[in-house]
Amino acid sequence: METTRDWTIPGVTVGFAAVAVLGLLFLPDWLMNLTVIAFARALAVVGLMVLWRTGLVSFGHALYFGLGAYTVALLGKDDGISEVLITLPAATLVAATVGLFLGFIVRRYREIFFAMLSLAFSMVLYGILVKTEALGSTDGFNVRTPTFLGFAPEDAGTTLRAIFLVLCALCWTVAVLVHRYLQSTLGRLTTAIRDNEIRVEYLGYSVAQAIHGKYVMSAALAGLGGGILAIALGQVDPDSMVNWTVSGELVFVTILSGPGSVAAPFIGSMIYELIRTYAFEWLPHAWQLIVGVTLLSIIFFLPGGVWSLLARLRRREVE
Amino acid sequence: METAITILLDGLVFSSYLFLVSVGLTIIFGVMKILNVAHGSLYAWGAYTSAYLIGVWSEAGFGDAGTFLMIAVAALVVGCVLGFVLERGLIQFMYARDEVIVVLATFATFLILEDVILLVFGVDPYFAYQPMAYLGSAELGGILRDVYSLTLIGLAAVVGIVLWVGLTQTRWGKLLAAVIHDRELSVAMGIDVTKVYVLTFMLGAVLGALGGAYVAPMVSVAPGFGVEVIVLSFAVVVIGGMGSIPGAAIGALVVGIARAIAVHKLPEVELFVVYGVMAVVLVFRPEGLFAPASARKI
Repeated sequence: METTRDWTIPGVTVGFAAVAVLGLLFLPDWLMNLTVIAFARALAVVGLMVLWRTGLVSFGHALYFGLGAYTVALLGKDDGISEVLITLPAATLVAATVGLFLGFIVRRYREIFFAMLSLAFSMVLYGILVKTEALGSTDGFNVRTPTFLGFAPEDAGTTLRAIFLVLCALCWTVAVLVHRYLQSTLGRLTTAIRDNEIRVEYLGYSVAQAIHGKYVMSAALAGLGGGILAIALGQVDPDSMVNWTVSGELVFVTILSGPGSVAAPFIGSMIYELIRTYAFEWLPHAWQLIVGVTLLSIIFFLPGGVWSLLARLRRREVE
Repeated sequence: METAITILLDGLVFSSYLFLVSVGLTIIFGVMKILNVAHGSLYAWGAYTSAYLIGVWSEAGFGDAGTFLMIAVAALVVGCVLGFVLERGLIQFMYARDEVIVVLATFATFLILEDVILLVFGVDPYFAYQPMAYLGSAELGGILRDVYSLTLIGLAAVVGIVLWVGLTQTRWGKLLAAVIHDRELSVAMGIDVTKVYVLTFMLGAVLGALGGAYVAPMVSVAPGFGVEVIVLSFAVVVIGGMGSIPGAAIGALVVGIARAIAVHKLPEVELFVVYGVMAVVLVFRPEGLFAPASARKI
């Protein structure tokens, strides 16, 4: 029997190292900014991808995205903590804790009910934030300029580069860990649960626990992504962090990327950010139209996402 | 006492509004099992078209009474045209796909339609105050209220009763029940399921557009008009039970009254209340309060 070797881990290692080095050398500021935003969103999408492999789509992960973003912003409020070594783990932890509690509820549901319940929870947070004057209600508030291990960059360009490097390292770590997880027995249960829950139960695994674990993982990743986005944008507000359209965006990128590999969300997210930026520049009143048409085309013509396109190319090479 | 009446009236007006915008959503879900995110666009399209037509009508000097005709025309035209185009052009290819993928497809449609509105109607807000000015205001419970928003209660009641009678007492309603229960068997019995689906989708679309068209005179119709409505009507439909018309009515009443109480007593929790109720209901009854019983198939 011939098995193909798994190139994912060497692939993402080389990939992220190349992005980091080439990025520092050649990327202009606007493109680096775009990459940072894309990768931050991609971290949340990695979590959604794990859920999607299980057959679950959450229309409410903006809840965790927003929790992460607001955690970072709140820690830094009134000359508070700006050290990313503290703020980012805190963002992840807060999101994971909330995910752990809500997980007990959502793990009982599937399909459209899972999606709707997630949406309801995220809109509860949105409803609270919009009406909280202390947190700037709909306007939000500013996030402190980050420090990295005590190093405080002097100008915006250096800050951006520092965020970029930290993010590349984080993305690499997440990609490797999640890939390892997906290769493990627990990880392989994802597709098994989607195919037949009853069989999984008969094999001796608890479907509820497996889903709960994946849910917490996706919550933590969304929190981390939201935290980074808050730092990168320097501002948090309910509409761009917690509203249902943010959840929709995350699901959109998940579909665009495809469930094929942990590397897919990073590529998909980059493509999404490029489409959005260019569409916005050329046709400011029609960028949603272009995004919508892209989503429809992928649903119809590329159900496996961008990754399936790459996989198809590779298969042709092998033949 | 006066606050109680105000809360009740505000609550009823808001409930009627919620019922109007969400009943189309629940009908489409009940029959076709499609959660139509593009419902928000139909609502926005209805509002824009009605505001535009009312403007044209008034400028031509035909008198303000006729503006109500324009509202009806806007709802019918938008609902029938967009409903037909969406069902035939997109939804009919999605029946075999995952429910969640269909939601995404309608989400994409929502994004597209949202921008087409901007391209057609421009970015400036529309004001269509004429019908409201025509009906004037009346004193009720010691407070001056505009009559137009009160007529909303009547309209919601009429729509609800007509739908209820249509679905339970007529031949059409029985055909629908058969299709809902078992699509394949209905085909075998000679029911034209394609026709039923197209007409159901158009009916739902007309109702969504009617919600927007009737609300247009009460607000300024501006870009992003449909975004909030989507989750609001989701909340109503989910609370009542997806696919149930009495459920939509109860859901609208619960949300409407709860929000009116919040607005008057504790304005900070206004939005929170709506989704809080939705979350609590879903936790204890995931299928909603009045979900129609579904047949178990083996």
